[in-house]
Amino acid sequence: MRPSTHASEWIENSPDRTHRPDFGELWRHRELATFLALRDIKVRYKQAVFGVAWAVLQPLAGVVVFTVVFGRLVNVPSDGIPYPLFALIGVAAWSYTSNGVARAAESLVSNSALVTKVYFPRLLAPVASILPGLLDLLFSLLAIGVFLAIYQVRPTWAIVTLPLWLLMMIVSVLGIGLWLGTLNVSYRDIGQAIALLIQMWFFITPVAYPSSIVPPAWRAFYFVNPMAGMVEGFRWALAGTPGPGAYVLISLSSMALLIVSGIALFQRGERRFADVI
Amino acid sequence: MNAVEVDQVSKRYLLGEDQPGRSLREAITSSLGDLVGNRRRRTRDEIWSLRDVTLTVGEGEAVGVIGRNGAGKSTLLKILSRITEPTSGVSRTRGRVTSLLEVGTGFHPELTGRENVYLNGVILGMTRRDIDRRFDEMVTFAGVERFIDTPVKRYSSGMYLRLAFSVAAHLEPDIMVVDEVLAVGDAEFQARCLGRMETAEREGRTVVFVSHNLDAISRLCSRAIWIEQGKIAAEGATNEVVESYLSGQVDRAVAGASITDPHGSVVLHEVRIIDPSGSPFSFIDRAERFSVETRFSILHPVPGLGVGIYINTRKGVEVVNEGWFDTERQRPSDPGQYVARLDFPPVLNSGEYIVGVWMGTMYETFIDVPTALAFRLAGDTDDRPKRAVVLGLPWTVTRIDSRSDGNVVSPDSEEP
Repeated sequence: MRPSTHASEWIENSPDRTHRPDFGELWRHRELATFLALRDIKVRYKQAVFGVAWAVLQPLAGVVVFTVVFGRLVNVPSDGIPYPLFALIGVAAWSYTSNGVARAAESLVSNSALVTKVYFPRLLAPVASILPGLLDLLFSLLAIGVFLAIYQVRPTWAIVTLPLWLLMMIVSVLGIGLWLGTLNVSYRDIGQAIALLIQMWFFITPVAYPSSIVPPAWRAFYFVNPMAGMVEGFRWALAGTPGPGAYVLISLSSMALLIVSGIALFQRGERRFADVI
Repeated sequence: MNAVEVDQVSKRYLLGEDQPGRSLREAITSSLGDLVGNRRRRTRDEIWSLRDVTLTVGEGEAVGVIGRNGAGKSTLLKILSRITEPTSGVSRTRGRVTSLLEVGTGFHPELTGRENVYLNGVILGMTRRDIDRRFDEMVTFAGVERFIDTPVKRYSSGMYLRLAFSVAAHLEPDIMVVDEVLAVGDAEFQARCLGRMETAEREGRTVVFVSHNLDAISRLCSRAIWIEQGKIAAEGATNEVVESYLSGQVDRAVAGASITDPHGSVVLHEVRIIDPSGSPFSFIDRAERFSVETRFSILHPVPGLGVGIYINTRKGVEVVNEGWFDTERQRPSDPGQYVARLDFPPVLNSGEYIVGVWMGTMYETFIDVPTALAFRLAGDTDDRPKRAVVLGLPWTVTRIDSRSDGNVVSPDSEEP
């Protein structure tokens, strides 16, 4: 392929460039995102003890622990469906969220070699980092299907909205991941704080318990956590539990705020990534 | 038609307080400290890696960028590649740019060679289809067909480099920006790198090449740019720029001021190279004689004073080390001004050399300047670039089986 310089336009690099993300460029580089995600998936499974089975074993182990602790010992209500099913749905959603956020936060630092040596739209790094979790989520959905059959819980029409909830979860995870990822480049101790943050976040998200046990006076505040709305909605779509109701709008607003500010922060910080990493 | 335009580009890095990787805790406490009015010395040490650099590269041109370590060459490449942003100024490129700042970027040890080729290819900007098309070529070029489905962590470093380079070599960019990739790998690998870049040049691609290997730069690039401390020191035809660069590689201490030893006994004024008639030059043909002249003064009597001249190749091989001590006929331990001259027959191979000067006694070193002077011996290496000396030693070849006349085959006449 002969060089085709005469057909091209000038591409500039200067400190004045506005930092709106170039979606055209992101789309042109989409293969890179899939390759990076594939790389992470392959590496994980080559190193995993049980290989692919791990994707199913992990959530199931979580379900066992939750059922024993929250279902039996603490006797948490479960919105009308058997607790193990309740827990599995929560665990599946939470697994994706916590892993996604942690990976996204690390995505730039762990790819620092790429950031400093190759040009690519940096936004692809966190985007690629939240993709491998979808595979695990898929396996979890299969397990959920099995559980639905076992407990003879019939999904309602709401199951049609499942893709929407998935999309909203992904966007929320990306938004938070962008914030943490950008901060992590400049302030390396964020990485250590993330584990703690995620742990605390777990407790304010309706994973092991339903949001219906949150006192009505606090509920609006509770749903500012975007994952509160998403997890409840996810559970509603799959198993017909009451779901978040109108409160989902609060969660949606949080999500929108996070993703927009996350992208803005990222794009602003992007200019210094290669210098600072 | 220009392919690259750099317009008054400067790049500043901040040192000191704003160090990367500091903790959030520190950032918060320092901001709080500012609020409280802590009169903390804002040590914003800054380093200007590039200062108002302006240059252009025409379409299809091959330009070499030379300079010492830390001069700003890599920063310039990073700016051309859009990896980092200039602090001021604009850099423009036209066409697809591929940067080879490192070979094997993105390679993951757990993945197989095949998987890594795809990954690395996509990272460098190829589409999956491009890679499918050229996959077999790339693997053959690297010579790792048998191992292509083995994890890369099992490869020898040579195989790794060849594969990584092979992917990069099969890119089809409009502009190739290459940083010192010749520094890694064995001689064969380096030869391949260079070959590939020559091919790229023939195909009409624009090449910007940073290297310390001045021979490679001379071979490949018609134009060169010398960057010194962030600024362009010279620009133009490669030979001339390389010349200026080499002559500029003079240790500051000797170039400007004289050096006095700590005891105050001797002073080294100057080291220079002169031709047989006594005029200085720094561009000599290897077939000519030359001398190294050292001017020094003795302030206090020094019994047993010696002067040494040692010469290293660019790669650090010491080829000459000649010393002289006053235990011989003259006794310059008397105070005064002196000139010491060391005459060289044309025995050194062509290439670049660095002259070091030593002054001292048997027991003590007074002055030692390992990089007092650099010079280049021009000329054909005769396809034998690695040899250090060209001696033209006599051959004697005799036939040893039985032959009626028992003649001796006469040796070659002196041939370097």
